[in-house]
Amino acid sequence: MASLKTTQSFDRPDDVYQKLTEIHRELSAQDSLKLNAKLILLLANHIGDEDVVDEAIAIAVRNQTKA
Amino acid sequence: MNQLEFIAAGSKAICFAKRTLDIWERLGVAKKMIDKGVVWNVGKVFYGDASDPIYQFDMLPIKEQKHPSFINLQQYYVEEILVEELSKYDNVQLRWGHKATAVEQSSNGASVQIETPQGSYGISAEWVIACDGHRSTIRELMGLDFQGQIFEDNFLIADVKFKQERPSERWFWFDPPFNPGHSALLHKQPDDVWRLDFQLGWDVDRAECVKPENVEPFVRGMIGDDVEFEEEWYSVYTFQCRRMRRFVHGRIVFAGDSAHQVSPFGARGCNGGVADADNLAWKLNLILNGDAQKGLIESYDYEAIVTADENILNSTRSTEFMTPKSEGSVAFRNAVLDLAEEYKFAQSFVNSGRLSTPVGYPDSALNTPDKDAWDGGVPPGNAAIDAPLGEGWLLDQLGDQFAILENRSGLNETELGSLHIVTIDLSTADESRSIALERYQIPRGGAYLIRPDQYVAARWKSAKFADVQNALARAKGSQ
Repeated sequence: MASLKTTQSFDRPDDVYQKLTEIHRELSAQDSLKLNAKLILLLANHIGDEDVVDEAIAIAVRNQTKA
Repeated sequence: MNQLEFIAAGSKAICFAKRTLDIWERLGVAKKMIDKGVVWNVGKVFYGDASDPIYQFDMLPIKEQKHPSFINLQQYYVEEILVEELSKYDNVQLRWGHKATAVEQSSNGASVQIETPQGSYGISAEWVIACDGHRSTIRELMGLDFQGQIFEDNFLIADVKFKQERPSERWFWFDPPFNPGHSALLHKQPDDVWRLDFQLGWDVDRAECVKPENVEPFVRGMIGDDVEFEEEWYSVYTFQCRRMRRFVHGRIVFAGDSAHQVSPFGARGCNGGVADADNLAWKLNLILNGDAQKGLIESYDYEAIVTADENILNSTRSTEFMTPKSEGSVAFRNAVLDLAEEYKFAQSFVNSGRLSTPVGYPDSALNTPDKDAWDGGVPPGNAAIDAPLGEGWLLDQLGDQFAILENRSGLNETELGSLHIVTIDLSTADESRSIALERYQIPRGGAYLIRPDQYVAARWKSAKFADVQNALARAKGSQ
């Protein structure tokens, strides 16, 4: 069973982070939500493994309680 | 018995699925229904003001079957045809205007108190089937549960009559200009009647919504300003997705809307009711004829609940897509719709209703699990699939009794006949046999055992009579 990689992947993490956040700069909260939903759908489809998606959902949901 | 004295008119079910047509075929009424109905296979989904669909689907991906994936037909026509057919049976009585007022049961039967305009009487029966709708009197008299989820949304049905050439397709809109922020649905019915359905939202004045002057702008928005139309039926509905915890209560059996209720998106209400009836009828028949123990009825409880749960799950998911419950959920829905036109993967998420198809019961106790390794075919617990056979069709030849579908299995037809099993040998059919053999993947020597409701009970790559006997006993509930 494939599992979600949670170790660091990117050589240039700041570049990736900047790209993920910059696209929201001019957006309303509603449009931000929609843009992120598109990203999630595209990436989830690329991953194409329900177990991996489940794991990511579980981690994200669990992690929310830390806030 | 029907507490009404007539067949109710008005906006009820209109979409009847292939599986329902296959069931009606066995009852001898499919042709009448199809001749009267509007046949369709294709659904289109529109988004915003674009005139081209973002997505379309074919509900009959496997061709060369006798019946289409759907017909649209007003439920009152369906009921008329069924009632007419029932009148040919001298062991069936229909009592109109008879209302149940009390019910009680013992270990071997139930009695129902009936009220009629002419007075009241009691009737005793070995079995009582409560098909008395989502407000089931019998269910209420017995104080039984009916739990589920209520959806905070209203929908306007406008059945209107007009003459216009449009394809026989299901058209669904998200956020069209004539109903911004909401959805809409169009279906063609016989007699130039069209079913227009508009999502209204939660906070609406339902009495105002059905006034002709308030319906007209919706209708005009969908079909155009220049088309003359007349009202056949306007109503506003809300819906719930729920079911009883059990459908079998001693000698009283619940079927159809009395046992389960779904949203209309997916045509899973009436088709689900027909599925219940089909599942229940052959089992009751075997029990009443002494060919099965009354415990067989437990498999109805199990299989009809599997069916109801699948219908509720699909209908709930469609509803969530149409009426998202949070801002995040709205964002996902709109993201899917935005992506769908250009990116095929996103089309698979577009949910305008997952339309009714036969429900499988892979874990039913009536199935004999595969011992051989099969690649494809139809696994136990699934509805048999149709194929051309000779001059006719496979499902017609399977009929409504236990059947063996074989490829020179060597099973003895006389021996099988003694168990009231009919045999269809695919190896003796003409050029059409390759389609059937491909759909069932039966190797030389292999066979399927198929139930009276045309579900697969068991299959073997190398069939032995003793295995057939065991599987038959199991399919009759004796193991």
